[in-house]
Parts: sequence; C-alpha cells; structure tokens
Amino acid sequence: MVTTATVYFNEARFELLKLSRNRSYLFSMIGFPVVFYLLFGVTNKNEVFHGHTIARYLLAGYSCFGAMGSSLFGIGVGLAFERGHGWLEMKRASPMPAAAYLLAKLCVSITFAVGISILLMIVGTALAGVQITALEGLKLLAVIAVGVLPFASLGLVIGLLMPSNAATGGINLIYLPLSFCGGLWMPIETLPHWLQVVAHGLPSFWFSRLALRTLGYSNSSAVLAWGLLASYAVIFLLAAAFIFRRQEAQA
Amino acid sequence: MAASVLVEPRHTAIQKGPAIASLRGVTKKFGGHVALDRFSLHLHPGEVVALLGPNGAGKTTAVRLLLGLSQATSGEVEIFGGNPRDRASRMRVGAMLQVGRMPDTLRVREHLQLFSSYYPKPRPLDELLALAGLEGLAERRFGMLSGGQKQRMLFALALCGDPDLICLDEPTLGMDVEARRSMWDQVRKLAAMGKTILLTTHYLEEADALASRIVVIQKGKVIAEGTPEELKTADGSRSIRCITSLAPSFVSALPGVTSVEQDGDALLVRTRAPEAVLRTMLHEDTTLSGLEVRGAALEDAFVALTGL
Repeated sequence: MVTTATVYFNEARFELLKLSRNRSYLFSMIGFPVVFYLLFGVTNKNEVFHGHTIARYLLAGYSCFGAMGSSLFGIGVGLAFERGHGWLEMKRASPMPAAAYLLAKLCVSITFAVGISILLMIVGTALAGVQITALEGLKLLAVIAVGVLPFASLGLVIGLLMPSNAATGGINLIYLPLSFCGGLWMPIETLPHWLQVVAHGLPSFWFSRLALRTLGYSNSSAVLAWGLLASYAVIFLLAAAFIFRRQEAQA
Repeated sequence: MAASVLVEPRHTAIQKGPAIASLRGVTKKFGGHVALDRFSLHLHPGEVVALLGPNGAGKTTAVRLLLGLSQATSGEVEIFGGNPRDRASRMRVGAMLQVGRMPDTLRVREHLQLFSSYYPKPRPLDELLALAGLEGLAERRFGMLSGGQKQRMLFALALCGDPDLICLDEPTLGMDVEARRSMWDQVRKLAAMGKTILLTTHYLEEADALASRIVVIQKGKVIAEGTPEELKTADGSRSIRCITSLAPSFVSALPGVTSVEQDGDALLVRTRAPEAVLRTMLHEDTTLSGLEVRGAALEDAFVALTGL
C-alpha cells in the first residue's frame, strides 16, 4: 500500500525540484529582495536608525518581502499555469490527494522564504556590518515561516482567478504595492501619514511588525498582529474554497 | 465477386460481461448549453470503445464525467461499482487528457516517478518507457521533448498505475501520420493485455483502426453504436465504380440506386442492390471496364449518420 506520507513527501520534493530549476521564477523571487536590500539597506549602511545601522532594521522588512514573493509567485503563478493548461486536471484525475498538491506548494514557499531570509542575513552581516544574535535570527526565521500563510492563501485565490498568461503581471500589481505600503522597503515612519493609516489595514504591515519585533524594534502587540494575519489567512482560504467550488460546478 | 475493403480481424462481438464503468441517462448542462443529453455509455471489460463525433459533440464532457472531474446535472455515473471521485476508483483508472503544457523543468523520469508514487502497484519505469515509446528519453526535461513525445509522455502518465480502465481524450490530436500510427500500435498493445480502453476521437480512421465498438455521438446524444463493420453496413449499401458509356441519368433511374457521381473517367454508384444494378449495367454496356465494388467506408456511414 502506498503510505500517504510518501505521496506527500514526493509531491513536495518534486515541487521544490521543479521551481528550483525555473530560472525566471528564481530571478524574480530571490532577485527582487536581494537587489532591493542591497540598494536600500546596504548602500545606506552608515545611516543610523533606532541605534543601529538601518540595514539591520530593513533586514526584517526585506525578509517579509522575500517571503511574500515566494508564496505569491510560487503558488499564484504555479497554480494559474497548471490550471490554465490542463495539467491540474491530469493530477486531479489521478489518485493524488488534493491536500498533497496544496501542502507541497506551501512547504516549498516556506522553504524559499526561509532560504531568502538566511541569504539576506548573510548579505547584511557580510556587507553592512549587521549584528544579530543567533536567537534573534532563529526567531525571525520562525516568524517568516509561519507568517507566509496568509500570502500563500492569497496566492491560491490569485492562481484560481488569473489566466496563466496574466498571472505574473497581475501578481506584481498586488505584490509591489502591498510591500511598499506595508513598510517593507523603507521604515513605515518615513512614509506619508495617510499611507501609514492605510498600512494598518494590510497583512504585509502586520507581518513586518512581527518580524521587526524579533529584532527588538516594534512594540506593537504580537497577539493583535498574529490575530489579524490569521484572519487574513482564513478569509483568503474561504474565498479560494468558494471560487474553487463555483468553478467546479461550472466545469 | 467484388473486391472489398478488408478490415483486420479482431473480436467483433460486443462483450456482454458486467459493465465496469457506466454513464446512465446523464445530462450535463453548462448554463443554458446542453453538452450531454440523457447520454448512456457502458464499458465492459476488455473493450476498446471509441467515442466518435465532431468537435463540440460532448466527447470530452463524457470522459470528464467518467473521471469525476465534473458532475452530472442529472443521471448516474459509476466506475468499478463506486463514485468516480473515490480514491479507490481512481487507483484503477488511467487518464490521458488534453494538456497544453505541463511543468517543463522536470525530467521524463521524474514526472513518471511522481505519478507512479500515487499508486499501490505502479508499473516499473523501464516498462512504462517501452510501452509509451519513450526509450532513451528518461533523462530529458519535459520542455525539451517534441510535440509527439509530449503526447506520449501524457500517455505514459495514464499507464503509471497499471490501471484496468484507460481513458484517452483525443490521444493523437496534432500528431503527424507516423506518430499517430505508432500511438495506435501502443493502444493495440494495451488492448492485447486485456485492458478496457475508452478513447475519444474525431478521426474516423482512428476509430476504425482501434475500436471494437464505436459510439457515434452528436450534440450530446448517441446516434449510432456498433462494431465498425456494423456501422459501415448499417444501411446495407455498396459502392460500384466503373468506366461505362451508360448515361448517369440512366443509372440513377435503376431500382435501388441511391446516388450517382462522376469521378474522373469513372462513374461512382451507391446502391442497396448491387447485384441487380450490376446485372443491368453489364447487360446494357458490354464495354464496361475497370469494375470495383466496395463496402461502404466508415466515412460514408458517418456522413450518413451525422449529416456532416
């Protein structure tokens, strides 16, 4: 008998293999956060912000930025492609459990998100003299790994709605504004006041608050932030389930 | 006697064992459009059934319903005594669907390995590659395969779990003649193993070459069903081709003649009474030459049935 665990493991393993060989995916997913961090964080390494180099502060935001990218592109573009070209139908006609497909995509998003965050830590410490303790680093990675969930769910919604040839563009239209307005690219305090108000409604803002907390910056409530992120995840998942049901009824 | 088109011998009797998969009185509507209209189809063990019909006839809809990818508006769908959506049913079915693109960056071996892992007793990789004609391509990335090879890859995915029932939706769509012939050989190999095969096609030649039973479908309804031979002779007609000095108007007035056409030098006569018509023609025209008498081609039967 096939052990269910083997199916789940294989699905995740091949999903990881598939994406890690996809150059355009790697380019946008890893390239964006690393290049932006170099431009905004590393080049301003002499600027002091909250008692340390600004590169240390921005490490949190760009880690969130990387995590959002890996889940929005990995799940959103991946699903739109596989759904749009009929590949998903082949998989659905097979005995593959639907949960294995979704969990594989989630696991791979988390893996890339954590990987990008580690890469940014290396860049920051090597090029901008960022100092963080091992514990701070681990806490940040834990927040990144769990905080990916609402964005993975949003990726699911986008992947179900977007035609495959428009998915990348469509995701950038959501990904980039969400990141900028959520204060992931530059400290939220430097944004215009009205934008700071808007930011409080965005999951990206709360994600970055949690990441900043691990490095000792934000003093906003962790419970509130986690509660809001969980709510976003639930709303997006419900929306995805609703869209999927409706599409299935029409299929 | 007449020269006639001979079809390779194959088992012609419709298998009467219990059906392993059935659509019973199924209607499927998409909004206001009726894709299938009280449609019934029963697949018996070891049969090769071709669903034949023009584009938009409802062939793919029937396959998708049988695979549990879509739900009937009314009617019943059953496969191996269960619901097609059950994992247990899906373990025994292999499907080759119309897929535009699949992940390019995985190798043939990797795609097959992943699909094989879904099944309790997968077919060994070497056997799969041989069955689908993919020998030597195991390490090639999917994106680097030719169009025909990609189709064969999808075919291989349908065979991973060594299923009892294999559904092939337009398996040779877009293939050149050579690739199509080799796909036919592969389907015949499966049939020889005793697998039950359902294939959809709008190529008459394909249905004729592969099927033990053809179900002709148009506008969501079954309009004819039988072995290729039964369908060809359903209206009992033959065609006579000869070079004659007789006027077409004279020939078309003979009893039992359904149509007369000029075909180059020759006259093409379709009739339900070939013997009587020939007797008269030979009697009236002693110079008649180049005589050929053929059974109706499946194409004629198809045209007669669907009015296309």
